[in-house]
Amino acid sequence: MVALLLRRIASLILTLVAVSVLIYGIMDLLPGDPAAIALGTSAAADTLAALRQEMGLDQPLPLRYVHWLAGLFSGDLGSSYTYGVPVAGLVVERLSLTLPLAALAIVLSVLIAVPLGVTAAARRNGFIDHAASIFAQISIAVPGFWLGLLLIMLFAVELGWTPAGGFPGWQAGLLPCFGALALPAVALALPQAGVLTRVTRAAVLDVLSEDFVRTARAKGISRQVALWRHAMPNAMVPVITILGLQFTFLVAGAVLVENVFNLPGLGRLAYQALVQRDIVVMQAVILVFSVLVIVVNFIVELAQLVLDPRMRSDAA
Amino acid sequence: MTDCATNGTAKWLIAMGQPTGSMMPNSRSFSRRAFFAVAAIALAFTAEYSATAQADAGEARNALVLGMGIEPAGLDPTIAAPVAIGQVTWQNIFEGLVTIDRDGKIRPQLAKSWEISEDGLLYTFHLEQGVTFHDGEVFDASVAKASIDRARGDESVNPQKRFFAAIDAVEAPDPQTLVLRLKQPAGSLIYWLAWPSSSIVGTKSAEGNKAAPVGTGPFKFSKWIKGDRVELVRNEDYWNKEAAAKLEQVVFRFISDPQAQAAALKSGGVDAFPEFGAPELIASFEGDPRLQTVIGNTELKVVAGMNNARKPFDDKRVRQALMMAIDREMLIEGAWSGLGTEIGSHYTPNDPGYVDETGVLPYDPDKAKALLAEAGYPDGFTFTIKTPQMSYAPRSAEVMQALFSEIGVTMNIEPTEFPAKWVQDVFTGRDYEMTIVAHAEPMDIDIYSRDPYYFNYRNPAFDSLIKDVELTTDPMQRNRIFGEAQRLLAEDVPALYLFVMPKLGVWDKRLKGLWKDEPIPSNVLNEVYWSE
Repeated sequence: MVALLLRRIASLILTLVAVSVLIYGIMDLLPGDPAAIALGTSAAADTLAALRQEMGLDQPLPLRYVHWLAGLFSGDLGSSYTYGVPVAGLVVERLSLTLPLAALAIVLSVLIAVPLGVTAAARRNGFIDHAASIFAQISIAVPGFWLGLLLIMLFAVELGWTPAGGFPGWQAGLLPCFGALALPAVALALPQAGVLTRVTRAAVLDVLSEDFVRTARAKGISRQVALWRHAMPNAMVPVITILGLQFTFLVAGAVLVENVFNLPGLGRLAYQALVQRDIVVMQAVILVFSVLVIVVNFIVELAQLVLDPRMRSDAA
Repeated sequence: MTDCATNGTAKWLIAMGQPTGSMMPNSRSFSRRAFFAVAAIALAFTAEYSATAQADAGEARNALVLGMGIEPAGLDPTIAAPVAIGQVTWQNIFEGLVTIDRDGKIRPQLAKSWEISEDGLLYTFHLEQGVTFHDGEVFDASVAKASIDRARGDESVNPQKRFFAAIDAVEAPDPQTLVLRLKQPAGSLIYWLAWPSSSIVGTKSAEGNKAAPVGTGPFKFSKWIKGDRVELVRNEDYWNKEAAAKLEQVVFRFISDPQAQAAALKSGGVDAFPEFGAPELIASFEGDPRLQTVIGNTELKVVAGMNNARKPFDDKRVRQALMMAIDREMLIEGAWSGLGTEIGSHYTPNDPGYVDETGVLPYDPDKAKALLAEAGYPDGFTFTIKTPQMSYAPRSAEVMQALFSEIGVTMNIEPTEFPAKWVQDVFTGRDYEMTIVAHAEPMDIDIYSRDPYYFNYRNPAFDSLIKDVELTTDPMQRNRIFGEAQRLLAEDVPALYLFVMPKLGVWDKRLKGLWKDEPIPSNVLNEVYWSE
């Protein structure tokens, strides 16, 4: 088990290094000169050269990469071309919105999907099963950003219960912040809940037809106990795998929803940085996204190892 | 400078209801309890939140929330070009020696008066006394000199460094007098000194202005929640009591999506959108009891530039034929919901010396075909337009494509990312046949004499007009020369002149003092107040 863990951690570090090289190389291949974008179309050649020097763009690529990597280890991600502030602070500021938003969406989608999926499976072909199937179809078909627009029209414009977008900042207090995050979290959660409902239902049905559940029932254990104590832990393995995937979807997919709700999250920062060719910011944001994805996958793997003893023996 | 104005989003029809039916299991009491707990928390949040929102609205109105489509890239207009920087800071935080009023007229500001010598080579400015920056630094001639020297020095990254090219030396003989010695006359210098990029910055604060601007203006920078808002507060120690701000607080909120802009206006989250992003949504504000729409002028000239060095665009008759193939009225209808002013040259009705040149090459497909045949293209030709993603560009290109097909010309449309790829391929690389972009800089007709410039246009007659206008300081004389320059471009059409973008203002009816027109991209807020 320990050897297995060490192997996983080593591969995690290798992946991160590979990602960092890729990010740096791709950013350099992108068309567009950050200095020309900042100075517009009236800038003289000598002004452009002065700004390129100020940005450090006059240095060769390998040297810039080494500097960047050295900076990474000391926690210095460089300064944003557009905002003129350290990128590390900028990313932390944005993460403090995107992570709670993604977490809220995950919790919401689990709260909706797991009870719904389990009930649908337990009462197959019943009313709830059909309702769940319709809900899943619709919520998967509706794109999150469009759902977001509908939610804004209803709750912000018509009813006036929530703001139409924007984020007051955590210093404004918890309540206004959750007020601002409520609709985006719903817009993000519902499409994911649809997928998760289906996966949960299928997983529970699978397990319910297994011999050990039938044996448990034959021993006189009630339907409910058989479902919750014996079937559920086994059905959770695929559900957690999907949840892990969904988290990465949520963090990245938040780009559109953050745009509709005008939230200053990491997704929107990534988009703005791309348009402005704020390369320093892009590198940092893509790195953070990659780390999030890699770490969450790692955690999912660990969770699977804990939940499913078979995986432990297979891997060892 | 070209403008990355509005990123259009598609319209979405509301055709889908909310999923209905019970979503919660009805037999498990634990999950029912959980459901009610979640519902109760959710209700508490929304109730609490709307309560605080209402409390805010109940206070006396001395604050303004103003929406903008684009967040500025830094807050120092003297080191970067994007117009959004000036739209937050110019005249609110930063001031210049002179300024431009809502009618486009030049007014004194930090310089209360000035004299220009007969030969146009010596400018003497008499500066205001008692002016301090927001950090307490005293403004005087030495600060003004440092500010101008910073903009024109070797290490300058001022986007309009060319404005200062004619200056030979800056002198501060006494604290209230600033002298500019010129190498050659520069007739536009006083006008240029009013621009955001010519703002006077402090010697102590200049380096930090990008993230925390310090100026002499009626508002002070308070905070910037990046990605969301910039907040300003009234400068209680403002030097000019007559122009002091009426509002106590101003919040600029940045909302790029036009649907979200409309929602923010209708829900009251934003009081004003001086440049609303989508003309097709303007009608949705009609009949709103609280909001009004105010359509004004901007300096945004939408022109389809051609590579004048490349066949067949090197032939004036071909360019003229393309111009005569365009029905400007139809184009504005298709591209910008009929809101916008036709132009026949690179000049707007806001600008001094404007002449209506739309009749020089009017819509006439038959004549256009004849011109093409004369130029050796009786069966037309095929070319590609590179269009940025801002919604006016692809929409205009689609109308042009249809109109050109009427005279046998086939135009392919190639989307090109703005600004990065467009600047690289079209502007710097000049590897294109035709493009379309809105030029945002006021009074920039001289771009047709710049070398290099992306049109690849060479015309000695035009160059000498631009030279003359700089050698002339008399306004009447200058207007006459600008008139000649407009006519020359209207006949020569190095670019197809289409329309001036309207300023689509949407704001609360009780809000007074905002500018209707935009002679220079800005949001000047010292005169704004709530009537009630």
